[in-house]
Amino acid sequence: MYIIVVGGGKVGYYLTKTLLNEGHEVLLIERDPDKVAVYAERFGSVILHGDGAEAATLAVAGAARADVIIAVTGEDEDNLVVCQMAKQKFHTKRTIARVNNPKNEQLFRLLGVDVTVSQTNHILHLIEQAIPERPFIHLLSLRHADLAIIEATISEKSPVANQAIEDIELPVACVIAAIARGPEMIVPNGETVIAPGDEIIAVTHRDQEDELRRLLVVE
Amino acid sequence: MNVIIVGCGRVGARVASILSHNGHDVTVIDTNPAAFRRLAKEYRGDTIIGTGIDEDVLRSAGIAQADAFVAVTNGDNRNIMASQVARNIFDVPEVVCRIYDPVREDTYRRLGLSTVCPTTTMSAIILDHVIGGGDSMNPRTEES
Repeated sequence: MYIIVVGGGKVGYYLTKTLLNEGHEVLLIERDPDKVAVYAERFGSVILHGDGAEAATLAVAGAARADVIIAVTGEDEDNLVVCQMAKQKFHTKRTIARVNNPKNEQLFRLLGVDVTVSQTNHILHLIEQAIPERPFIHLLSLRHADLAIIEATISEKSPVANQAIEDIELPVACVIAAIARGPEMIVPNGETVIAPGDEIIAVTHRDQEDELRRLLVVE
Repeated sequence: MNVIIVGCGRVGARVASILSHNGHDVTVIDTNPAAFRRLAKEYRGDTIIGTGIDEDVLRSAGIAQADAFVAVTNGDNRNIMASQVARNIFDVPEVVCRIYDPVREDTYRRLGLSTVCPTTTMSAIILDHVIGGGDSMNPRTEES
């Protein structure tokens, strides 16, 4: 398969590495010449310096014969335009966009992007997997931003059970991202009331993880 | 008319100031609050700090009631995305999108956006001055 990856951040870098190891033909397009120099040393000639939203760059990359183009820059607007240009001008068979703002998933599909990948989906996926029965689980560390994603199971005795989120004094650098209630996945707002049995997914600064733990669960 | 303008650079601020002067209801959106200094002193419209590609920001700008939408930030892709949100999600009747890259402009015009490309427009004017007769050439080059 011939795969074009646009955006050489962390996601693009590891994606390229993995796809190359799997034996695919891969080309990584990156705008920053410094990154291009570093990656060229590591990967060889599979790096192209340029703007993936520009038709000239896509033409050099051979977008017309690509089986798939994957746009994983940190900017949603860039990922959208890369996919649309590939589709409109080069009829690339399949377009995949990383969506940084989960609200944009639907919009991207409406605008013709074949597949969208968002962090929200990733979290859902993690929940779907069997998770050992502990009231407070550290799911993931985001090293770069010093953030953590945690899951907490709310018991009857939890200090926040039956409270609306707006009435809970969360540590400053914490946000409740999602609530799993039975088979349902709720994206909460201030009025959402936390019920016993809820599984809360929260993003928190790692310094405040313990404070959050004390707030959500009875040890 | 109700007009939303995304991007308060020289063009955005000028268009907003003129529309406001002519009695239209204008809302300007920009991520940088300092950009609003470019608006005329008599500007009587609203200003909103935020990004024009965010549906919630656009909603708070009153896009549901907008008659026209203008995307003139300095990023082609941001203008393209904002315009598509305005047209496809909120059904704004008139959507104008500035795109510097002529190839991208051509692509999105074919997709139905009302586009303005300063690059081709300026080039045509300059060529007209230099070699005369504006129709003497088609400035669009096939880059792909």
